[in-house]
Amino acid sequence: MEKRVVFQNRYLPYLLIAPQIAITIIFFFWPASQAVVQSVLREDAFGTRSYFVGLENFIALFEDEYYLNSFKITALFSTLVTTIGLSLSLLLAVTADRLVRGTTAYKTLLIWPYAVAPAVAGALWGFVFLPGPGIFAWLLLQAGVDWNFHLNGDQAMFVVVVAATWKQISYNFLFFLAGLQSIPKSLIEAAAIDGAGPIRRFWTVVFPLLSPTLFFLVVVNVVYAFFETFGVIHSLTRGGPAKSTEILVYKVWYDGFEAQDLGGSAAQSVILMVIVIALTVVQFRYIERKVHY
Amino acid sequence: MAKVTLKGVKKNYGPVKAIHGVDMEIADGEFIVIVGPSGCGKSTLLRMVAGLEAITEGQIVIGDRVVNDIEPADRDIAMVFQNYALYPHMSVYQNMSYGLRIRGMDKADIEKRVQRAAEILQLQPYLQRKPRELSGGQRQRVAMGRAIVREPSVFLFDEPLSNLDAKLRVQMRLEIKRLHQQLGVTSIYVTHDQVEAMTLADRLVVMNQGRADQIGTPGDVYNHPATTYVGGFIGSPAMNFVKCRIDAGKAVLDDGVTLALPGGWTAPAGSYTLGIRPETLRIARPEETPDLHLDVDVAEELGADTLLHGKIGGQDVVARVPSNAGFHDKSRPGLMVDISRAHLFDNESGLRVAV
Repeated sequence: MEKRVVFQNRYLPYLLIAPQIAITIIFFFWPASQAVVQSVLREDAFGTRSYFVGLENFIALFEDEYYLNSFKITALFSTLVTTIGLSLSLLLAVTADRLVRGTTAYKTLLIWPYAVAPAVAGALWGFVFLPGPGIFAWLLLQAGVDWNFHLNGDQAMFVVVVAATWKQISYNFLFFLAGLQSIPKSLIEAAAIDGAGPIRRFWTVVFPLLSPTLFFLVVVNVVYAFFETFGVIHSLTRGGPAKSTEILVYKVWYDGFEAQDLGGSAAQSVILMVIVIALTVVQFRYIERKVHY
Repeated sequence: MAKVTLKGVKKNYGPVKAIHGVDMEIADGEFIVIVGPSGCGKSTLLRMVAGLEAITEGQIVIGDRVVNDIEPADRDIAMVFQNYALYPHMSVYQNMSYGLRIRGMDKADIEKRVQRAAEILQLQPYLQRKPRELSGGQRQRVAMGRAIVREPSVFLFDEPLSNLDAKLRVQMRLEIKRLHQQLGVTSIYVTHDQVEAMTLADRLVVMNQGRADQIGTPGDVYNHPATTYVGGFIGSPAMNFVKCRIDAGKAVLDDGVTLALPGGWTAPAGSYTLGIRPETLRIARPEETPDLHLDVDVAEELGADTLLHGKIGGQDVVARVPSNAGFHDKSRPGLMVDISRAHLFDNESGLRVAV
């Protein structure tokens, strides 16, 4: 069947996609190309002049142990945010799906965190975990934990992971719930009659049918952890203590705007861009094959 | 193989009564069809037998066990769903063997059973395919295959053919009938299609708003409908209902038409509803005095037969006459009523009155 739309006016289709193209050019291609250009330049101390340095910025980066460490931190951070976030929201969605009454209230409450700006989420969790007045901090102290996430790098990582995950759970939850509700009830009933208990039903029938949703969310969550968690980290730890929570995107900002190393920062952006493109390609190439649509 | 017994089975959804109490005994190997319009509770009844709906009151016995509190998996039943409910991510083979694998059956035995079911249903070429690569009829067969391999004592069918097109439906209906003859497993089959019901059933249950109006063989239900509802539901076109007064061996219709009753009728004088099947009206022969004349509004030509739609006593009436009688719209044929095959129903309760 021919599904293509045939336009009467040959310019109309171009006009219709023009806004999207314009947005992509202005907000992606242009800054991206600027970053590429800048990554091979070095500015003088006063920002009056810049000159071509070839790959020096990149070479300098890979000799910088803080930069290499930032890779590890980012890998750990995004893995934790993605796995914890997805597992928790799947659990919540499964329970919400089983609810008969009070679903709306439950759903509404779970969706709220999504409406909170990252920086605000960071501030909230920062207060909750703040040594002294913070309630969780107090509880942890009572439990005998020497708690101060401003001084302890592992604790700082824990707090940023909690805040970043908390914010993303709503989004994941919504998609998981929609995915669960699109599974015909009769499939579950058929599995029940076939003798599968609830847990077995989940892993052999429900989970495979959720895999498109899961795949989509993995992509979205990794990208989220890489880029959109800037606000959370900036408001909570500013990449500290001792750069222990400095993920790549935070370092880009810090080196560019605080340390005024525009060339180095641009080089990092370029690397980050390559990483994300590679990640996406890998995800679509290899993971998608195992997904049942 | 097992008997199934329903004892005063009721279902309430909160204050709403969905099933008002159904009693029936299903013999071993019997094919029971539950028929009724949507919302009559037929699916609910089936789902209670399956264990997918809780039983509010009463008992369901499968074999010699009361199954009220037994999980669906342990009731020794298999169910075919309206939308087939095939696992989309599994191959046909995996779909059919899923229940057996869960029960931890030996691999070789599973293989044997699936192959045999596939043979019966002519599914061997498709065993490695995914459900989405199959046609509607093939999916339907896989769903039945999944039920067969389990070798349950009862098959439950929930409108299994309603997602198929008309031609395929007739074909699958026949296959189900053959399958039942071959396997002889007790079956309960829910449908809203009276043709399916009549052709498949050993006995059928006509449901009406949560009640079983009549339980009987197809012939019984057709020839002796227990209520106006059953009379109107079974048979196509539906039975004609005409208000009448019975008096002194005669039935007087609203517009003055008088029909002589057969000698044996002893119904007391009074107002009744007369039920006349369209095929028990026939064109009067030239030498006969017609019982009544029908003002035909529309004549529907079906090929072998023609349906004459008109009014008698202000009520819509259909007569099924041979097409060669040559009647058309706006004609006014004289008709004879085979009153011995008509039924009298109580105006209030709709119950058939013994005549």
